[in-house]
Amino acid sequence: MINLETPKKHATLIDQAHQLAMNMLRPISRKYDRAEHSYPKELDMLAALIDGVSETGASSGAGASGVRRDASAADDTGKVRNGANLASVLSVAEMCWGDTALLLSMPRQGLGNSAIASVANEEQLERYRGTWAAMAITEPGTGSDSANITTTAVLDGDEYVINGEKIYVTSGERADSVVVWATLDKELGRAAIKSFLVRKDNPGLKVERLEHKLGIRASDTAVITFTDCRVPAEDLLGSPEIDTKSGFAGAMATFDNTRPLVAAMAVGCARASLDLTRDLLEQAGVEVDYDRPAQSQSAAAATFLRLEADWEGAKLLMMQAAWMADNRKPNSLEASMAKAKAGRVGSDVTLSCVQLCGTLGYSEGELLEKWARDSKILDIFEGTQQIQQLIVARRVLGLTSAELR
Amino acid sequence: MSFISSLRPGGRHGLSSRETRDPIGLAVAAVNRLAQSELIDRVGLRKQAEHAVYSTTRNGFRVATAAGRTFARAGRRTAGARPANAPSRGVFDLTPTDDEAMLLDVVRELATEVLRPAASAADEACAPPAEVLAAAQDVGLPSLGVPEELGGIMEERSATAGALVAEALAQGDMGLAVATLAPGAVATAIGLWGTEAQQQTYLPAFTGDGAGPGVPVAALTLAEPTVLFDPFDLATTALRDGDGFVLDGVKSAVVRGAEAELFVVAATLDGTPALFLVESGADGLEVEADPSMGIRAAGLSRLHLTGVRVGADALLGDTDGAAYTECVRLSRLAWCALAVGTGQAVLDYVKDYVNGREAFGEPISHRQSVAFMVADMAIEVQAMRLLTWKAASRATRGQDFAREVGLARQLCTEKGMRIGLDGVQLLGGHGFVKEHPVERWYRDLRAVGVMEGAVLV
Repeated sequence: MINLETPKKHATLIDQAHQLAMNMLRPISRKYDRAEHSYPKELDMLAALIDGVSETGASSGAGASGVRRDASAADDTGKVRNGANLASVLSVAEMCWGDTALLLSMPRQGLGNSAIASVANEEQLERYRGTWAAMAITEPGTGSDSANITTTAVLDGDEYVINGEKIYVTSGERADSVVVWATLDKELGRAAIKSFLVRKDNPGLKVERLEHKLGIRASDTAVITFTDCRVPAEDLLGSPEIDTKSGFAGAMATFDNTRPLVAAMAVGCARASLDLTRDLLEQAGVEVDYDRPAQSQSAAAATFLRLEADWEGAKLLMMQAAWMADNRKPNSLEASMAKAKAGRVGSDVTLSCVQLCGTLGYSEGELLEKWARDSKILDIFEGTQQIQQLIVARRVLGLTSAELR
Repeated sequence: MSFISSLRPGGRHGLSSRETRDPIGLAVAAVNRLAQSELIDRVGLRKQAEHAVYSTTRNGFRVATAAGRTFARAGRRTAGARPANAPSRGVFDLTPTDDEAMLLDVVRELATEVLRPAASAADEACAPPAEVLAAAQDVGLPSLGVPEELGGIMEERSATAGALVAEALAQGDMGLAVATLAPGAVATAIGLWGTEAQQQTYLPAFTGDGAGPGVPVAALTLAEPTVLFDPFDLATTALRDGDGFVLDGVKSAVVRGAEAELFVVAATLDGTPALFLVESGADGLEVEADPSMGIRAAGLSRLHLTGVRVGADALLGDTDGAAYTECVRLSRLAWCALAVGTGQAVLDYVKDYVNGREAFGEPISHRQSVAFMVADMAIEVQAMRLLTWKAASRATRGQDFAREVGLARQLCTEKGMRIGLDGVQLLGGHGFVKEHPVERWYRDLRAVGVMEGAVLV
């Protein structure tokens, strides 16, 4: 039966996330936007709290590791599930309503943790419990074209030797491990790209510097080099086989799970802007009426309606992608649709809200200008707007990556 | 009207009232009028023009409404049966129920096999062919929104089922979808807000087995031909007169007005909008064809009401505006679903076209500028669908859906039109000619933000 409401079973979790966002993240939001690169120590307490909630099972498996598609989900009898994927996107959205950068800095909730949950085997999953894993894919010469990475991993005895430079590593300084993409054999193309878990205390790994950024300034973004960095062979995530048939699928599968999460970040961040702007407009005497035609209302109200409609579309696409993952339906197309829509809507909403609120919105006195800076990255990382459109177009049109480049 | 004053600009020929004609302009305009008259004489059309019978393809001719049938009064004037709301399981789910899925199979076939092939000719003729209407009746569309206890086909009335059906029909053709859904809109309204007497008087004709005169042609009329029309600020009035009402005003976007036997007319009563059942035999009704940019197959018309007297039993629903507000929302919901269906039709058509059309030695779909437009269509049509489904499912469960339908209408209006626009663009010159349906979809999709009433889920 068609129903697009927040799942009843996740209501408590989302309420909790909202309270955490409101009472722990918002109060320190501006502080760490200003104090770029200083560690938000308040988060340790919060992370402990989240770990505690996870232990009780009350979180429905939400969080960075909630994207794992466990086999047990397959054996139920065609019953519709609302599981960890929906719980994750909805709680991540709430937390980003609080502060996107702080969510990204949350200990043990890194994108690397999602990657581990997506591709690690059971033994690895157990071994990496409690680690905080950052994700290192992008290189100075390779952004969206992630099949073209030059970082190499060479098997030497029972160790891989990794060499290369990675940039834009979120939580690269604070995390205690990094999931690195490297190629086993450049000649073999995408199929040879594997991910490795590298401990931060590995002497071959060096954090070179931290970036100064437009937004999400509370989140540390590192440049990391690997110089003859030796990692045990059992830290290669997933299968070491180079299967040229399945190609890139293994490594890329992570994205089907993480893209809805990034969509959730944009949805949460944009809702912060909408909520505050609605309030400010109401104080100024502008009420948004859902029944009267937009063109019969003030221009501000009409703009707000347009933004909110777009936002609702992004949110429902995000929920659809997560719901499909929960029900073990292939969701690459829907994940990219959600990411594309949420990414651009996040920018449009947050920027338009600054515009609606004038210098009040532009000033650091409010958080509107911050959200308009934070939202931009969400249309870039985990696949830019253009990459998502490319993926959607290929799927919809039935074209290969050679036909539609 | 004098000759000179008939040349005064403003309001006619698409001229703004700020335009002025100088002497040369006046002379040119005069010659032009003469030329037009001569032309008519030369080709021997004047006689025909003067004696033109009512035709839905031109406006300006007014005729009396259809004589229509007499609906035998029955039942008591107590509140009628009210459909129950579906229970909520609280689980996010995008799967239609088994009943809805079965219904959709039938309706999709109707859309593909009957509506789509008839669409182009019906658009041209400004009328739906009899076979299409008969097929829709066979499927039971007129009684779709009526609960089983009142003779409908679904166990429970469901706005979700209505929205899914409207979407599927519009994937065939929006104009014919509106024509076939219009009687059901009136039946649904009576089922939702009618007294027992109104339900027993009118519903049997809609839910009948096809015996007798068949399902009446009926139209739900909310819109009025004014700029910045606001359905909550109606110019059409209902004045109390004895124990009845007198209606005055002009309604637009009236589906098949000339054939309609029963109207539901929205008018302001004591400052609040309300709905009235008006049978076509009433004195003071005139209908005027109003062919428009699109959804022409629905035979759009205007309904003129001049001192139309109706009895106390004509009031449909309450006088505090609650039923009326729900009616506006459910109608907008239906238009959203129609936009989703037509948007999907554009996407499917364009997809095949850009894959087949070659330029510079390869299919044009291999170019990002083309492919990205298709990707955006796919993304936005899905967003439109999800918003529409959310509003529909809330309505089905009896939850407030004002916000959801308001947002769905906003998105479907804006993105639906964008899809229609890009659909034509992607076919280039081929999109502009009537060999391909995209120009019709372009015209149809403009209706979504403009329309109020006519359809209801």
